[in-house]
Amino acid sequence: MPDANAGRRRIHRDVWITGIGLVSSLGEGLDAHWEALASGALPATDTASYAPYVVHPLVKVNFDTQIPKKGDQRQMEPWQRIGTYAAGLALDSAGIAKNTEILSKTDMIVAAGGGERDFAVDASILNELSTSNDPGRLLNERLLSDLRPTLSLAQLSNLLAGNISIVHGVTGSSRTFMGEESAGVDATRVAYSRIAAGQSEIALVGGAYNAEREDTLLLNDLDNFCLKGEFKPVFAAPGIASGSMGAFLVLESPEHATARGAKPIAKLSGVWSERAKRAVEGAVAEKVKALLATAGTPAGTAVISGATGGHDATEAERVALAASGLPVRAVANRMGHGFEAQFIAGLALAALAVSKGTLFPPFTGDPLEQPGDAAERIVVTQVGHWRGEGAGLVEKA
Amino acid sequence: MTQAHLDTFGRPIVVVTGIGIVTSLGQGKEDNWRRLTAGESGIHTITRFPIEGMRTTIAGTVDFLFDGRVAAPDLSEKLATLAAEEAIAESGIGSHGDFPGPLFAAVPPVELEWPERQQLAEAVGRYPIVYHDLLGAAASGKFRPWHERFLFGSVADRLADRFGTRGQPISLSTACASGATAIQLGVEAIRRGETDVALSLGTDGSVHPEALIRFSLLSALTTANDNPEGAARPFAKNRDGFVMAEGAAALVLESYEHAVARGAKILGVLEGCGEMADNFHRTRSSPDGRPIIGCMTNAFADAGVTPDDVDYINAHGTSTPENDRMEYVGMKAVFGDEKLAQTPISSNKSMIGHTLTAAGAIEAAVSLLTIANGRIPPTINYNIPDPAIPLDVVPNVARDAQVRRVISNSFGFGGQNVCLVLAGEPA
Repeated sequence: MPDANAGRRRIHRDVWITGIGLVSSLGEGLDAHWEALASGALPATDTASYAPYVVHPLVKVNFDTQIPKKGDQRQMEPWQRIGTYAAGLALDSAGIAKNTEILSKTDMIVAAGGGERDFAVDASILNELSTSNDPGRLLNERLLSDLRPTLSLAQLSNLLAGNISIVHGVTGSSRTFMGEESAGVDATRVAYSRIAAGQSEIALVGGAYNAEREDTLLLNDLDNFCLKGEFKPVFAAPGIASGSMGAFLVLESPEHATARGAKPIAKLSGVWSERAKRAVEGAVAEKVKALLATAGTPAGTAVISGATGGHDATEAERVALAASGLPVRAVANRMGHGFEAQFIAGLALAALAVSKGTLFPPFTGDPLEQPGDAAERIVVTQVGHWRGEGAGLVEKA
Repeated sequence: MTQAHLDTFGRPIVVVTGIGIVTSLGQGKEDNWRRLTAGESGIHTITRFPIEGMRTTIAGTVDFLFDGRVAAPDLSEKLATLAAEEAIAESGIGSHGDFPGPLFAAVPPVELEWPERQQLAEAVGRYPIVYHDLLGAAASGKFRPWHERFLFGSVADRLADRFGTRGQPISLSTACASGATAIQLGVEAIRRGETDVALSLGTDGSVHPEALIRFSLLSALTTANDNPEGAARPFAKNRDGFVMAEGAAALVLESYEHAVARGAKILGVLEGCGEMADNFHRTRSSPDGRPIIGCMTNAFADAGVTPDDVDYINAHGTSTPENDRMEYVGMKAVFGDEKLAQTPISSNKSMIGHTLTAAGAIEAAVSLLTIANGRIPPTINYNIPDPAIPLDVVPNVARDAQVRRVISNSFGFGGQNVCLVLAGEPA
């Protein structure tokens, strides 16, 4: 639809967060997350199933409640199921689930990774290839006979959004951003900017990650990114402890929300995406400092960090955040690292804290997390494990 | 900003000042245009890897850039690099390695491929292996560069470095509509006033055994292997699936005001973008065509024009029985019988195959060339018309025609649909 954003009469509207869907190792829904955060309990970790790797397993979820058709569930790999489930929670939270009229105008941007392998098939093919005299033919024949036709759809990055359209009826538009942590930042930034500029009224934005899979552990361990052995706080030791999670937000213009009687959970006041030249010493810390300056750090500001635990990047972020003197809480110390979903999970926790009017307690043992309960405004930082630095500002509505 | 630089809705007009194309037909827009309008096909029997045991053994691979196999992200990056170099050079904007705007890159999803998996398995040092053993090999540090290469953001990241685009590049996928989405994101950013210039591109160099087989398993590909050049038959009665293909296209998008101020040659206008997602099925369109209809209608509304203002339709036209029928149903509803019968429509995919992630960008680029040259590329292999979908497909031979405005359709698996309305330089 034509937007009202004229070159000469550029507008800037507020953007409200009117719905949150969150599922992770901490639980399902906002109450479960707040309870876990407020209690200061240790995170749920699994150090055995994928030893030596540390992962945060998804809490047990009854997918039927958001994905009623078993046929739909079968068409999805876990990462898509987690995301489709969390998206449904967000639509419920915003009070627009099953509202066809609104959903048909809801713009969607999903931050997605993709492909889960069939591990048994891969290993079996590799074993046969090692002794084959005709490996090309063998590979073709085995793939044709062993890959499930639905697997490729379950692997495709854009099919998380596709499944959300099918299961929940979100059809205004559907876009998928890829590119690890930055995909989450830019998905939110574009959805935010479109609403602020009058190009969109309501948007569903989010991401999902399944940590309980060996192919992504493999990919990340190629460059020694994984946390191994025991769980450690994110700013204490390098290593990514990946966490299963789905995080979705409903963003909305105040006009649209008010017209349907919806109240804001919090206000999203800005999203910024940057790209440091990582080969340059100190560049990441400088970008984080600049992002904090852009978001502003008056009294009453806290930071929720999406720090990954990745070598170099998290240390650079630690330096910049420590210098800010702001109270810091890290998503990874509670839920692990969810890559494309991490920034949006951080925004969800920030919105929750702002709406409660208080920050949750620090994580014992993390060198950066200090007492402090300021939660008027929260800057969510997201330094990608390999590239991309971003931030978002969540304020009391 | 003066009134002349705004559209009827008061938004900045977005123009194109640079175009680059690479497909199996060749490198550069000159070669591609010459061969497209000559009705030549770039589809051939695959030589890149063994095809024994496959159902489909043909594709529109781009084989002239590397000797031997490279990983898909390497080829996608190379294709995008060539397209972007051509587009940026034509636009004359910025300086070497310093493009003054953001990058919106439609890139195919990536993952480790079989040659890499086999090297990891070899590094384990014994057989049989289980998958977990590969993780030990990965942790050895011997394959470190693969981490970055097989991340989803890898291709766009390297393009951002090479061309010096601003900020973090966006890597996106809306399946077969991706290239059009990349353009739409650029248009929106310029309309918001975030930037005066954007580089939007789509690239796909993913023809490898497993990718081909996955589409085979979805029964999406033609199996007309004996006659590769005649295998893609959009809108013909004997169409039986698409041909997987590779390529890239890049557009330099710019606000009209910015382009005029620096004296740039204007190649066309991005008047409007429409999208509407389909919630019917993962690989099939709603039988009533509602999302396709809505997508085109939204694009016209965004452009502030009507179907009567369109001179030519650049079809999605994949050559699958389902797509071409549903595209007809949608167009019939939007244009009406009379206008549709008078409007030429052709599918570039009849010649270059389905370049998937790149298709929307390539077809937008070809649409602009169609306007500029006053010549419509044909739909080749149209020998048996399908009476159920009567269309003027510009059969087999290019046609001279004054084309002032085009709608270019892109419809993707997963229900992601985007239509673009493109026109010539503002009067």
